[in-house]
This record gives sequence, C-alpha cells and structure tokens, in this order.
Amino acid sequence: MFRLLNLELQKLLLNKASKVLIFISFILPFFVILLSSLKFNVFGFFTLELGELGIFNFPIIWHLTTFFASQFKFFFAIVVVSMIGNEYSNKTLKQNLIDGLSKKEFILSKFYTIVFFSLISTLIIGVISLCIGLYYSSYTEVSIIFRETEFLLAYFIKLVGFFSLCLFFGMLVKRSAFALAFLFILYIIEWIIYGLMMWKLNADIAEKIQNFFPLKSMYKLIDQPFQRIAMSKFPDKGNLSYDYGAHGYEMLIVLCWTALFIFLSYRLLKKRDL
Amino acid sequence: MPSIRMHKKYDSLEPILTITNLTKKFGYLTAVKDLSFTINRGNVYGILGPNGSGKSTTLGIVLNVVNKTAGNFHWFDGNISTHDALKKVGAIIERPNFYPYMSAAQNLKLVCKIKGVDYQKINEKLEIVGLLDRKDSKFRTYSLGMKQRLAIASALLNDPEILILDEPTNGLDPQGIHQIREIIKKIAEKGTTILLASHLLDEVEKVCSHVVVLRKGVKLYAGRVDEMISSHGFFELKSTNETKLIAQLENHKSFSKIISKNNLITAFLNEPMKSEDLNEFLFKQDIILTHLVQRKESLEEQFLKLTDNS
Repeated sequence: MFRLLNLELQKLLLNKASKVLIFISFILPFFVILLSSLKFNVFGFFTLELGELGIFNFPIIWHLTTFFASQFKFFFAIVVVSMIGNEYSNKTLKQNLIDGLSKKEFILSKFYTIVFFSLISTLIIGVISLCIGLYYSSYTEVSIIFRETEFLLAYFIKLVGFFSLCLFFGMLVKRSAFALAFLFILYIIEWIIYGLMMWKLNADIAEKIQNFFPLKSMYKLIDQPFQRIAMSKFPDKGNLSYDYGAHGYEMLIVLCWTALFIFLSYRLLKKRDL
Repeated sequence: MPSIRMHKKYDSLEPILTITNLTKKFGYLTAVKDLSFTINRGNVYGILGPNGSGKSTTLGIVLNVVNKTAGNFHWFDGNISTHDALKKVGAIIERPNFYPYMSAAQNLKLVCKIKGVDYQKINEKLEIVGLLDRKDSKFRTYSLGMKQRLAIASALLNDPEILILDEPTNGLDPQGIHQIREIIKKIAEKGTTILLASHLLDEVEKVCSHVVVLRKGVKLYAGRVDEMISSHGFFELKSTNETKLIAQLENHKSFSKIISKNNLITAFLNEPMKSEDLNEFLFKQDIILTHLVQRKESLEEQFLKLTDNS
C-alpha cells in the first residue's frame, strides 16, 4: 500500500502544476478560514468581527468550516483528473503496466492518493477549526467541543467520494478537460431529472430521489449552514428549521457511490486495450 | 557474404515465454491468428513482419496492455502472474514513454519503485547507455535518440531475464540507430535473451539467431534464421564466353535455376558446392571466369520469398 502511495506521490509532487494545485486546495481554505476569524476594519467605518456573531462557537464551527472548505475541493479535482489524463497522454500508463504494475495496483495507487489527500485535508480543517473554536467559542466544555465532529467524517467521505467520481470520469474520457466538462454535465443532468420528477411526481418525492444521485448525495452530506446560523439568531422562527445533520445513511450512499466508481474505473481499465 | 550471427549454444531448453493458439480480434479485424511459439533462454529472437502484421499486438498481449481474444500465454514456468513476471522482463515499445517533467534519474527511480529494484542500479544503467552526464536533465529536453536510450536503460534496470524491443530504431537518425544497435549487441553478448520485433531485416539479421515471421497475424515461419529457407545459396558469375557458361551450368545437376542479368549470371544451388570445385569444373570445360562470388541469400531475400509465396 505504501509502495503504491509512494509511487503516485512521486508522480504528483514532481509536477509543478499539480504541486501548485495541491498547495492551493489545502492552503487556500486554511487561510480563508483563518482570515475570516480575524477582526476586519472595513475602510475605517466599522469593524467586522465574524467571531462576534457566534459562528465560531462549538459545535456550529464544525459545520461551518467543513462546508466552506469543501468548496475548495474543485482544485484537487483538477489534480485528480489530470493525474489520469497525463498518464494517458504521456502513455505512461502503458509503460507502468509493462514495467510490472498490475491494472488493479494502478487504480489502487490513485485511490490511495485520493484517500491520503482527503485525510490530510480533513486533519488540517479539524485542527484549524479546533484552534479557532477554542479561541472564540463561548462554550469550551469537552462534551460540546466534540459534539458534531461527525461533520469532519462527512467532510472526509465527501472528498473521497467526489474525487473517486473525478477518477472515474478521468478513466472514462482519458482527457482532463473533458472529464471536468463531464462533471458539469452530470450536474446539469441531475437537475434536469430532478425537474422532470418534480413535474411528473411531486417536489417531496423528487427531492428524496435526488438525494441518491452522486453529486447531490455528496452535497447533502454537509448542508449549507446559513439557515442554521439564522436559526440560532432567531430561534422563534420555526419555519427556518431544516435537517442539517450529517447522517449515517447519507454517508452510506456516498460510500456506495465511491465503491462503484472505483470498481467501474478498474473494470474500464481491465477491458481496455492500451 | 554470410552475415555474422551470434549463436549461443545452451543445452537445456528453458522456456521464458510460451504462446499457444493466441488470437486477437479488433472488431472484424483479426490482428493475431492462432499464433503459437516458444521463446527459450539464451537465444536472440526476432519477430519479423511488415507493418500491421501483428507484431506489436502480440507483444502488447504478453506485456499485459492488450487483452487477448482467445488462446493462452505464460511467462517462465507458468506459476507466476503476468504482472509479477513482467518485473523480471525489460521491455520497450515503439516510443519511449516517460514523464516529461521528471529528470532521467527521477523517471528511472519511479521504474525502480514499480519493479522493486535498488536505486543503485540507476547510475549503472545510465552509464551503459551513455546518459550519465545528462541524468538530471528533464526528459522533455531529450532528443529522440536519447529518449530511446533512456528507455533501454529503464528496461535494463532489473537485469531482466529477457529484453523485449519493439522497433527500437524507428524514427532515429543514422547515429542514433548505430548507437542503439551497439547497445543491443553488447547486451546480447552477455547472454541475455532478446526478443526483437522489427520490419527492418538487416537489423534482425545482424543480431538474431532465431526468427518468427508473421504476416497478417499468421505465423509463416518459426525457427533458426539460417534454416529459414533450405537454401544452399548461389553463385554470381561473369565470363567472356557467356553462352557457353550458361549452357554448362544448365546441364550441371547442382544448379536449379540460372538467371542472367546485366552480364551477371546468378546460379542457384540445390545442393552444397564449394566455389573452388565450380571453378575447377568450369576451367576444365575451357571457361575462364572473370568474376566468381558465392553468396547466401540475405534475410531480406529469404523473407520476401517467404512472404510472397504464401
């Protein structure tokens, strides 16, 4: 396992473009969250301190930081599709196999890399949330701090699932740019099907079915936190309430998709003549 | 002028690659048809065939990158998975494929990781192909000849039991071709089994002891190069008295065919004969030769015969 990971890390880290993208995808969310936790002086008129709004309180901070950090997953998605696309365009995939890597090992080395970087990203977000939270939060009891840390797990699963989808598209179309276009097309298709279902059935059922779609199920893992923040400000407004939790069944759906994408990538490679 | 070939005598026939009834279809096209042959240790094999005869496809199948349609192949004694077997094989295919953004040494390091080879081999092999002083240059800055030499270094990293080369001099300039051939010869002299696919006959002729001839995916011949056509060669003769010479030759039982072209008479033998015997015989018939050369058919001539007749 470490041999395969080591192999892929060498391919990635010696490539300037992917090195920069990896750096961006990890460091950028780190800085954005860090900066937003600082005190802003808006042109000398007034100071804006987000921490004062209570959004950095435990446990809501877990929800907020994972939600924002996951928006940056697109940078690493580019790395994932290009690490497949480059292997095809340089024909190094063929050479790797000839040198004695099995097709299974090839897919696994990509998958381990995805898991590895998702893990690092989760750790970074976890640590920074903990630090900011400890600094700002009004509640610092251990039981409250570690409440809702399942958002971190959801974040990890969300990344692994999304990158596995990218891996599959990369394997499918062999070219990075087309693979990213496919992601966008899938997004549109999901909404078109949702629209059709809403028209033929009803909005409630349509939404329930849509929650099983690959992109939507990944999005659904960490719901948007704005409504929740609003709720915490105006607790009397009951119509704002919604289910924002990161539930086990939602994780299970994404894990199933992940397994399917990795399996399909392997099948695709196995059947293909290079 | 018989060419120089390296014949290595090994008593035990230890198979390295066994192919049985291998077939590959691309849709309606049958690229390889019911192909069987065995590669034994210590020999230098050539796979000959015109472009599109199924050479690369066959190699692709045994190298795990092309899926077979039917038939079988196994490496060594057959108790080892293909990808593990490939760790003991060195192969270069058509074009050298490396990561353009990595240096030569970094590329080879990656191959070491795949094959499970010690990094110390890198410098040793770069030395063999003469790239040691350029080892830290990025692969994309290399010329095609250098890239191909790097590919050979990469194939040699694991001190392979068999070296597979698919069109190794394709697209190279004369110096590049020469360098690659010198390297191949050096490796062959060390006793490494080599499988060389090429449509360039003199290339095969210069290094191979055994040959497999393919045409349209079908095997036409497999065996020793010098037994490819049971030919005893031919004489090229010139004489002032041409008509008499032809008449004498046509009456002689040792000759099967006489061709006269541009004052040069080519007489094909159907049994062994020494040039001094012919000279003596003709001299006794009052024919004085001005030109006498005994030759064997070159591989090219044999190959063309073989691929035309069927």
